[in-house]
Amino acid sequence: MGKWTRRAFITTGVLAGGALAVGVAIRPGHRALKVAGQVTDGDEALINMWVKIDPSNRVTLIAPHSEMGQGAQTALTQMLAEEIDAAWDDVAYMEAPATDDYANWALGKGYILGPADVPQALIPTINGAFLQVAKGMKLQITGGSLSVRTTGVYGVRVAGAAAREVLLTAASEAWGVPVGELSAADTHLIHEASGKRAPFAQFAQAAAQYTPPAKPTLKRTEDFKVIGTDRPRFDIPSKVDGTAQFGIDAQVDGMKYAAILAAPVFGAQVASADESTAAAMAGVHKIVNLGDAIAVVADGYWQASQALKALDVQWTSTENDKRSSEDLFTQFDNDIAAAASSGDSKADVEAGEVEREFANAVATVEATYRVPYLAHACMEPMNATARVTADSCEVWIGTQNPLGFRYEVAEALGLDVEQVQINQHYMGGGFGRRSNSDSAVQAARIAREAGVPVKLIWSREEDIRHDHYRPAVASRFRAALDEQGNIVAWDNVYHEKHEPVGAPVIPYAVTAQKIHHTDSPTHVPFGPWRSVDHSQHGFFTEAFFDEVAVAAGKDPYTLRMSMLGDKPRHQNVLRTAAEKAGWGDELPRNRGRGIALQESFGSIVAQVVDVSIDEGKLKVERVVVAVDPGFAVSPNGLTAQMESGINYGLTAALYGDITIENGAVKQSNFHDYPMVRMNESPVIETHIINSGEAWGGAGEPGTPAIAPALVSAVFDATGIRVRELPLSKQDFSDWG
Amino acid sequence: MIQFRVNGEDTRVDVDPSTPLLWVIRENLALTGTKFGCGIAQCGACTVHLNGSAIRSCVTPVAAIEGSEVTTIEGLAATAGADLHPLQQAWIDEQVPQCGYCQSGQLMSAAALLSQNPNPDDEAIDAAMSGNVCRCGMYPRIRAAIKNTAANNPVEVFDPAMDVMEDASNG
Repeated sequence: MGKWTRRAFITTGVLAGGALAVGVAIRPGHRALKVAGQVTDGDEALINMWVKIDPSNRVTLIAPHSEMGQGAQTALTQMLAEEIDAAWDDVAYMEAPATDDYANWALGKGYILGPADVPQALIPTINGAFLQVAKGMKLQITGGSLSVRTTGVYGVRVAGAAAREVLLTAASEAWGVPVGELSAADTHLIHEASGKRAPFAQFAQAAAQYTPPAKPTLKRTEDFKVIGTDRPRFDIPSKVDGTAQFGIDAQVDGMKYAAILAAPVFGAQVASADESTAAAMAGVHKIVNLGDAIAVVADGYWQASQALKALDVQWTSTENDKRSSEDLFTQFDNDIAAAASSGDSKADVEAGEVEREFANAVATVEATYRVPYLAHACMEPMNATARVTADSCEVWIGTQNPLGFRYEVAEALGLDVEQVQINQHYMGGGFGRRSNSDSAVQAARIAREAGVPVKLIWSREEDIRHDHYRPAVASRFRAALDEQGNIVAWDNVYHEKHEPVGAPVIPYAVTAQKIHHTDSPTHVPFGPWRSVDHSQHGFFTEAFFDEVAVAAGKDPYTLRMSMLGDKPRHQNVLRTAAEKAGWGDELPRNRGRGIALQESFGSIVAQVVDVSIDEGKLKVERVVVAVDPGFAVSPNGLTAQMESGINYGLTAALYGDITIENGAVKQSNFHDYPMVRMNESPVIETHIINSGEAWGGAGEPGTPAIAPALVSAVFDATGIRVRELPLSKQDFSDWG
Repeated sequence: MIQFRVNGEDTRVDVDPSTPLLWVIRENLALTGTKFGCGIAQCGACTVHLNGSAIRSCVTPVAAIEGSEVTTIEGLAATAGADLHPLQQAWIDEQVPQCGYCQSGQLMSAAALLSQNPNPDDEAIDAAMSGNVCRCGMYPRIRAAIKNTAANNPVEVFDPAMDVMEDASNG
């Protein structure tokens, strides 16, 4: 099962699972006893798979989600504290080990079950089936903006409530009073009538012997005391004093350091390598040829990287050695044109009489939009540390999928999965990049060849040139207008279909629609990049909508509102952003304002962007964002994700441009793949709407709307319609 | 053998003099709070203080710091004579870090700024901080944390630019 398929599983799963009723079991049967040895020490009591309590009355959540700054570990712990009635000072988080037992069945459940309730009697069986699916796919993924809305909703809340119920049962037995007379608060069990009050810990061992209820009673939203409040993130103190342990910080006795150079052209192999100079350099221990890459192992990383530069490597030729970005975009255009004319394409949406509407149209608007490849450029370059013996491999790394990495390392080394251990660290950025196991597998192979533990660190140049890129995509549009300027038909053909499947679908009421896609494969590796297909289609569809509104002589905001009559949540989000931003106010010369809307990963986001152009220089002044996530578990955390998603998307919109030259990536480091910096970061105002609908994601939904709102603002300021990102390719020297 | 002081302690290392200070700090001295980000002084993740000024340790040969005083993130609090430097506390109060990888460098740049300009305006913050990339885009919070630490500014907890509305109409 490939990684991309797993990603398909989680991203589509969200759409299917969003409305699933909460009443589900925490696990099939009583597996907690079996896994106790994996997650508990000494006197700790494992109440169920997800909850343990130690003798000091510390309540720990055990959940399969890693930390890359998104704050999910703290938010999930809030959900546990709420349901089990623990005091905030008594709770902690532990990341589940990379074992099949902690495969993320909640993701599987959300995917397969969809919006359906399940009879109580079937729940253990069904949960067992989900676990099997999740195990089969080695699912232990942190991604898809899913932690809170699947693991949290289907797992943590239920596990917390179930643990609370067995604790109450244990206290009821011990004190000889009816369970109905007991309550729980502040990590204590209370019998008010007798004045008895005791910590959870006193009953933890007894409670652990009970089979937890399959459908415990969850708290009502109006009773929340912890969910929906701001709690300081657990990981932040260690991130201000240098003690946070990222993958690159792993220390293993006797380890050496490796630098690596992969074939510049994807798919090429080492043809020959003159190692003589490098091998003689100080500190060099071993030169390892991995086939598609070559690595130097030395006493220090600097020595390894200097020796790597001294290698004279020849690479095999490939059929892509002359390919360039121009060639690829020509291919995309040709494949789209062929699909449009032949009808040989796959349908996302097909509704109404599209061709008849175009035949009768008063006006037709046509445009093609394009976005380039993008690297993730996590601040922490890819790395991994590995120690390999004849029958074992241990890896230290920050990963979005520890269980998947474990299987992939085992497969690469020909070991059994039980012989491989993954030691999880904080990630210095993930954004989808750390769901790919390439550096872990390389480190393990190098360590095996070198015969010593090895810390492999990619240079920034390797990191930029050997990513799994956000795909470059072209998307062709037509819209038909009637006499009143209404949009009566929407026709869209694009290539490169991934997930979420609904990304190109517009929320607006257009009766006649045809949204199709075709294939146009390239040799450039691709992978999930923050918000995945929404990062392209959010830009395409919303920017084109703005263009059509202008052609129809209508205000882009009011036209949107008029076409969202059946979507009050979308209307409310859009209205909030517009009102808070002062939509419709007069702007000074050389200022512009744009708006965009995008639902993704279960949350609805609208953004209003203000730009200025001064002496030919474009500046993003302010972004007002409104977000309806259903319910904000951590309002400040959601706000942080909006700010982060916006600046991540802003870097892409303004600068992000990975180009292909002679088959290889041209860019190499932050000087030619620039980032938004402090002096370019706009003021960001976040407005959260708790609509009470199904809980949505946070990590990705902030990203898609920024690019279309930005190009609309640029049009408002200048009349220049930008249809190709990044904006840095646009000349504004005549303006301001 | 090259001699210098790190976080107040005398240090001697026997390495190739061209080795960047970054790798000496991380590998020879096992102080891993200082980060590798780009290797060409473009991102600021490796920022440390050399005699009180912010420098990029990834492009500073260790030979160039002979006899100098180096402060890393691990030694920042001590320069303020406290468990936490006021900026570190402000970083916590504002919940600044996300992934956190760049934050050692951000804090070292900000501390050098405040030591030279106790009350910087936006322009001064831009000038001092634009060499430090934060891929999580936490610039608004970094700016707020610096301002709140600067002289005569009250400390605000969490981001003021946030607003939560209950929407009963759709519930």
